[in-house]
Amino acid sequence: MMEITEGSHAVAHAVKLCRPQVIAAYPITPQTHIVEALAGMAADGEIDCEYITVESEFSALSACLGASAAGSRVYSATTSQGLALMFEVCFNVAGLRLPVVMTIANRALGAPLSIWNDQQDSISLRDSGWLQFYAEDNQEAADLHYLAYRVAEDHRVLLPAFVCFDGFVLSHTYEPVNVASQEEIDRFLPPFQPPQRLDSKDPISMGMYATPEYYMEFRYETDAAMHRANAVIQEAGMAFDEIFGRNYCGLTESYRLDDAETVFIAMGSICGTVKDAIDQMRDEGEKVGLLRIRCFRPFPLEEVRAALRNAAVVAVLDRNISLGSRGAVVLEVRDALYGSGVKVLGYIIGLGGRDVTKADIRKVAQLAKSGEGDLFYGLRREVL
Amino acid sequence: MENEACELFDSGHRACGGCGAALASRLILKAAGKDVIVVSATGCLEVFSTPYPETAWKVPWVHSLFENNSAVASGIEASLKRQGRKEKVIAIGGDGATFDIGILCLSGAFERGHDFTYICYDNEAYMNTGIQRSGATPYDASTTTTPAGRCSYGNPRPKKDMPAILAAHGSPYIATTSIAYPRDMIEKVKRAIETQGPTYVQVHAPCCTGWGFEGEKTVAIAKLALETGLFVSYEMVDGSVVKVKKVLRKPVEEYLSTQRRFRHLFKPKRNDAEIAKIQAIADRNAEKFGIDIKLKKPAAE
Repeated sequence: MMEITEGSHAVAHAVKLCRPQVIAAYPITPQTHIVEALAGMAADGEIDCEYITVESEFSALSACLGASAAGSRVYSATTSQGLALMFEVCFNVAGLRLPVVMTIANRALGAPLSIWNDQQDSISLRDSGWLQFYAEDNQEAADLHYLAYRVAEDHRVLLPAFVCFDGFVLSHTYEPVNVASQEEIDRFLPPFQPPQRLDSKDPISMGMYATPEYYMEFRYETDAAMHRANAVIQEAGMAFDEIFGRNYCGLTESYRLDDAETVFIAMGSICGTVKDAIDQMRDEGEKVGLLRIRCFRPFPLEEVRAALRNAAVVAVLDRNISLGSRGAVVLEVRDALYGSGVKVLGYIIGLGGRDVTKADIRKVAQLAKSGEGDLFYGLRREVL
Repeated sequence: MENEACELFDSGHRACGGCGAALASRLILKAAGKDVIVVSATGCLEVFSTPYPETAWKVPWVHSLFENNSAVASGIEASLKRQGRKEKVIAIGGDGATFDIGILCLSGAFERGHDFTYICYDNEAYMNTGIQRSGATPYDASTTTTPAGRCSYGNPRPKKDMPAILAAHGSPYIATTSIAYPRDMIEKVKRAIETQGPTYVQVHAPCCTGWGFEGEKTVAIAKLALETGLFVSYEMVDGSVVKVKKVLRKPVEEYLSTQRRFRHLFKPKRNDAEIAKIQAIADRNAEKFGIDIKLKKPAAE
């Protein structure tokens, strides 16, 4: 059923359909509408869960950790400073192999304080062992929650997942969203069946400490699970397509890529603008295309390499910066294309809510064609 | 009783000989029985009891981080409730995890009213990292971050009153106890677990390594802490003290002089002024809780 709905409400509804048993969350802009909507559903008995109103994001994720370890499906949502406060717990949840799903309404990190959108928050948890999905629009933001639970809880994976969607740009925007029915979601997402849980009938110890004789093997196994997730995501994407007719079969999406000489790479809502700019440029005879990264962790190395084989130049738009190095995405793409001869240029763009327009995308295409890159795009030099 | 005969905290762990925390854990599980889930904070107990792939815990046990055992316990309690399961939830932390780094999560969990028991094994400093001062370190104790020196008598602050802080959260049951009195400790832990809502038990658990005494004296020193009035054993129900262990009080120096952490008060020369300040702390405790046993005066001849 198609509904015109706010992004946050679309996500909250999707979460409800996933039947989480425990929700623990702490308010932070621009995530609040999601957790408010879920609290409203809990208050009206529309969602059958324990809703814990914790005193911090740190406790939100810690409570999710405990609830998941005891065998429940759990949910939280946060952004920016809240995610930064969860840093320690994030690594812990992944190391304990607990399939927590959390929405990130992407927002910049302070200082300076900014409530506006970029992707620095989730990107900064790149190495924490969470799957990372990035939505282009609110339909995808909703759908990726179904997908995330199914993949995270798959026994070949057992890793937590971020579903990232751009703060305000998506979270506070009304769009038509095809809302799934409970019956459809139940068909796609079976109940959580943990391989082990805290249970007095079968006592286990979880979270023990590991000496140098064991630590590396734990890390290896977690990394191996992350790599296995690649195929599980594709499998779940195909199953999703069969029920809903929306295609999430790959970890990337190609847009007018076949004969493209200049190829953009980006994640999130900026891709809508890039697609519009590509249509314009195509009308003018420019051979441009887009490879959108939907899943950043695991990084779809082979998929990216295959998709960019015939490109002349690749322009990577990063809404994040690893200070002292480059954007996180361009580093991955350079790795994927190492030795291929394809030129890869990075553009730090749209940080802290700075608008990115079609005209900007066209300018980036020109810069890329002339070999100019690895720069902050659109700096206001007069305020430096 | 069946539960109490059963050893659910196994031997063979890596604690020092004479470790108060190890004894506390054994007694906690004797009180709790099998139908329990334990959440440990990072610390000595967590490290000495679970070096992968070995564990001393014969009940379900989880460790996440240093400061989040109360929040993890909150989640477990909610999870069990949703699943209709009846196990009780116990969070265990040292005094550093409880008084200092974990107080945010602890406060939140108590304010929300989760049905769980928090047990602090109080050995009065960060022992796992090498005897640094915590909010539970007593006045004048020498630690590696408050060493006694030419310009220092050791820790400059008195011990934080954690039970009062948690009583202010509206906890229905709070108790202090000591490993030196196993019957008292088991009964209090049981009562805490049986009481609905967030309950707290603070167990005085001397650390031979950190305090500086021989391992065979752990129980004797724990007893002296009570007998001098420096540690008071009591129960609070709904915020009111309902029961206090009374003693025939001994002078504090009988306790202080047995431990390396207070050695600077006696050597190279006796520091009467500082010992008097510590005696005053014990006297205030005695007055506040009414711990002194009043002997009848012998009849005049």
